[in-house]
Amino acid sequence: MNARDETPEEIFSREEEPIEPHVAVKAPPAGHPLRVVDWAKANLFSSVPNTVLTLACLWVLWETIPPLIDWALLKAVWQTSDPRVCREADGACWALVTEKHRFILFGLYPWNEQWRPLLAMALFIASGAVSCYPGFWRWWLPVLWAIVLPACAVLMWGGIFGLTFVDNTQWGGLPLTLILSVVGLVFSFPFAILLALGRRSELPAIRAVCVGFIEFVRGVPLVSVLFMASVMFPLFLPEGVTVDKLLRAQVGIILFTAAYLAEAVRGGLQAVPRGQYEAADALGLGYWRKMGLIILPQALKISIPPLVNQFISMFKDTSLVIIIGLFDLLTTAKTALADPEWRPFFIESYAFVALIYFAFCFFMSRYSQFLERRMETGHRRS
Amino acid sequence: MPMTPASSPHRAVSGTHVAWWNDRRIRGVLYQVLVVVGVLALVAYLIDNTLTNLAHRNIATGFGFLGREAGFGVSESVIPYSPADTYLAVLVVGLLNTLKVSVIGIVLATVIGTLFGVARLSRNWLVARFATIYVETLRNIPVLLQLFFWYSLITEALPGPRQALNPLPGIFVSSRGLKLPEPVWQTTHLWMGVAFLAGIVGAWALGRWARLRRERTGALFPSLQAGAALIVGLPVIVWLLSGAPTEMSVPELRGFNFTGGVTVTPEFTALLIGLVLYTGTFIAEIVRGGILAVAHGQTEAGLALGLSRGQVLRLIVLPQALRVIIPPLTSQYLNLTKNSSLAVAIGFPDLVSTANTAINQTGQAVEGIAVIMAVYLTVSLSIAGFMNWYNQRIALKGARG
Repeated sequence: MNARDETPEEIFSREEEPIEPHVAVKAPPAGHPLRVVDWAKANLFSSVPNTVLTLACLWVLWETIPPLIDWALLKAVWQTSDPRVCREADGACWALVTEKHRFILFGLYPWNEQWRPLLAMALFIASGAVSCYPGFWRWWLPVLWAIVLPACAVLMWGGIFGLTFVDNTQWGGLPLTLILSVVGLVFSFPFAILLALGRRSELPAIRAVCVGFIEFVRGVPLVSVLFMASVMFPLFLPEGVTVDKLLRAQVGIILFTAAYLAEAVRGGLQAVPRGQYEAADALGLGYWRKMGLIILPQALKISIPPLVNQFISMFKDTSLVIIIGLFDLLTTAKTALADPEWRPFFIESYAFVALIYFAFCFFMSRYSQFLERRMETGHRRS
Repeated sequence: MPMTPASSPHRAVSGTHVAWWNDRRIRGVLYQVLVVVGVLALVAYLIDNTLTNLAHRNIATGFGFLGREAGFGVSESVIPYSPADTYLAVLVVGLLNTLKVSVIGIVLATVIGTLFGVARLSRNWLVARFATIYVETLRNIPVLLQLFFWYSLITEALPGPRQALNPLPGIFVSSRGLKLPEPVWQTTHLWMGVAFLAGIVGAWALGRWARLRRERTGALFPSLQAGAALIVGLPVIVWLLSGAPTEMSVPELRGFNFTGGVTVTPEFTALLIGLVLYTGTFIAEIVRGGILAVAHGQTEAGLALGLSRGQVLRLIVLPQALRVIIPPLTSQYLNLTKNSSLAVAIGFPDLVSTANTAINQTGQAVEGIAVIMAVYLTVSLSIAGFMNWYNQRIALKGARG
C-alpha cells in the first residue's frame, strides 16, 4: 500500500468537495462516450498531487498483481503428495491444502467418521443462515434450534444410533472453533444481560459486584483468563472432580465474553429514553416485568450492532485456545506445518484458514450493517 | 433489583397496608444481602478448595518464590539480566518488554490508522479502495494468525545470517532479525537526553504562552514549528558542542552470527508488525468516523471568519473531531496492550511469557496469574485514567463530561 502521507490538513482543505468518493461527479447519461474519461478526470487526475498518488497506486498494482497471479494461480502446484515437487516449482503449493485439508478442517477427529462433523457443520450453518433473515423470526425458530443443536451434539459425540463414541478431546478444526464461539455466545448472553442490569441497578451492593466483575475482566487479557481456566480451575474444584480441557476453556471464554457483551447491553439500556422507564413504573409493573416487557426489547434492539461486533471479535479470539493446547482451526493450520518438508509453505496453510475466518467475520459485519438499517424505526436515541 | 421506595407505585396508593415481604426497601436490602453472601460463600469455597488441593500436591504458597533464583535466560531485555537473577527480576524484564512493544505499537498504530482513515476518505478513488481493502481484510483475520504469519515470514522466508540482505551499509536483515549500528555510549548522550527533555518542557511552555497570547490579543505565533525546532535542535546543539562524537558499533559477521551493533529480534518485529497492522485497521475506522462527525458548516464558518485552511483545521475541526475520536481510541490502545500478551505464542519474552515459565518451574500458578492480572489491571487502569483526564480536558466546558 503506497498511499502517500496525506495529512489531515490536505483532507480538510478539500472541504468544498463532497467527502464520499463516488458522488464527486454527476455521471452523464449512460452510454455517453466521455463518461469514463470524465470520471477518471474527477476522481483520479483532478490535481497534480492527486495524479501523482494515482500513478503511485498504479505502479504498486503493476508491481504486485502480475507476480501474485503468477505465484497463486499460474505456477502453483495444485495436487501432489510429495513436498519436493512443490520445492521445485516457483508458485504456491496449494497441494499442502489439498493434502491436509481434512486435518486442518477436522483436526484429530477419526478419519472415517469425519462426515459427522461435516454434516453437523452443514446443519448448523444452514440453521444459522435461516435465523439471519428477520422475516423468519417466528415461533418455530427456537424449535428448529432445539432440534438442530442436540442433533449436532449427537453427531459430534455419537455413542447412540450405531455411531461410535468420539471423545471431545478428539474434536478439532473448524467445528471446534464454531462450538467454542456459539456455545460461548449462547451462555454468555443471559449472563451479560444480568450483569448489565446489575450495573444499572439502584442497589449499591449489586452494582458494586457487577462493576467489579466487568471492569476486572475487561482489564486483563484473554490469554490470562485462559491460563487461569487451564491451570487454576482444577485447583478451584473439590478433590477428585476433574473437568476436561475443552469445558475449562469454554468457561473462560464465556466469562470473558459476558463482560464485553454486558457493556454493549448497558449502552442499549442507557439509550432507552427515560420516559419509557417512567411509563412502566406508572403502569405499576414490577422490576422484572418492566425490564422484560418494556425496556429490554428496546435496549437489545439498539445494541444489536455492538453485540454482533463483540461476537465477531469473540469468534476471532477463540483462536487463542492454541495457547492452552486445544486443536482449533488455527492450531490445526499450524500443526499441518509441523512436518519440516512442508514448513516452507506456511503462507498457503495460513492463507487457507485466514480465508475461512475472513468469510465468517466479513459476512457477520455486513449482516450487522444490514440489520442496523432494517431495524431503524426512527425511535433511536444515541 | 427493585426500584427505590420513592418511585414505588405501591406508595402512591396511600393507606393500603403492604406486607413486609412486599416492601421494596426491605426486599432491596434482602436481595443485596443474598448476593453479597452468595459471592462471599463462592469465593470462600474456591479458596478452601484451592488451599486443600495445594496442600495435597505439596505446592508452596505465597510470593516467597519471587526472591529465588530464576535460572532461565530471556532472549532480549531492556535492562541487564542473567539467569542467576531472581524471579522478580525476570518478571520486571517481562513487564519492560511488554511496555516497550505496547508504547512503540501504540505510536505506530496511531500513525498507520490515521493515514489509512484519512486515505479512506480520499477523493482519489484508487487510494480510497486501497485503504478499504487494507481495513476490511486485516480486521477480519485473527491477530494471532497474523502474528504466526509474520513470524514464519521472518524466520522462514528471510535468508540466514551468512546470506543476510544488506540494504544499507551497516544494516543487515536476516532470519535472525534486523541488525543496526549502535552509537557507542558516551556521557554526551546523557546530556543529549537531558537537552531533549528540556526541549519538550520548553515546547510545552512556548505552546501555552502562544495560546494565552492568542486568546488575549488574537496574534498568532508558529508554536508548532518553534516547538519542533526546540525538541530537535537542543540535542543537536549539545552534540555539536561536545565535538560531534560519531563512534559507532557496527554489526559484523563472525562465524555463523553477527557481533556488535544492536539487534531487533524476529519475535519483537513480528509482534510489533502484527499488532500495529491489526490495531491500525480499527483506528482507521475511528479516525474516519471522527472526521465525518464534524459538521461541514464548522469549516465554512471558520473560513468565513477569515481563517486560513490550516488554522481552520487546527483551531476548529481537529478539536471537535478529537472529542469523538478519543474514547474509542482509548479502548484500542488498551486492546493493543492486552493483545501484546499474545507474545507468549511466538516466544517473545513479555510479562505473560516470563510469568508462564516461572509458573511451569515453580508450580505456583495462583501467584503467577495473580501477578499477570494485577499488572495488566494497573496498566489498563492507568491508560484509561490518563485518557479520561485528557478527554475531560478537551470536552466542551459546561457540557456533559
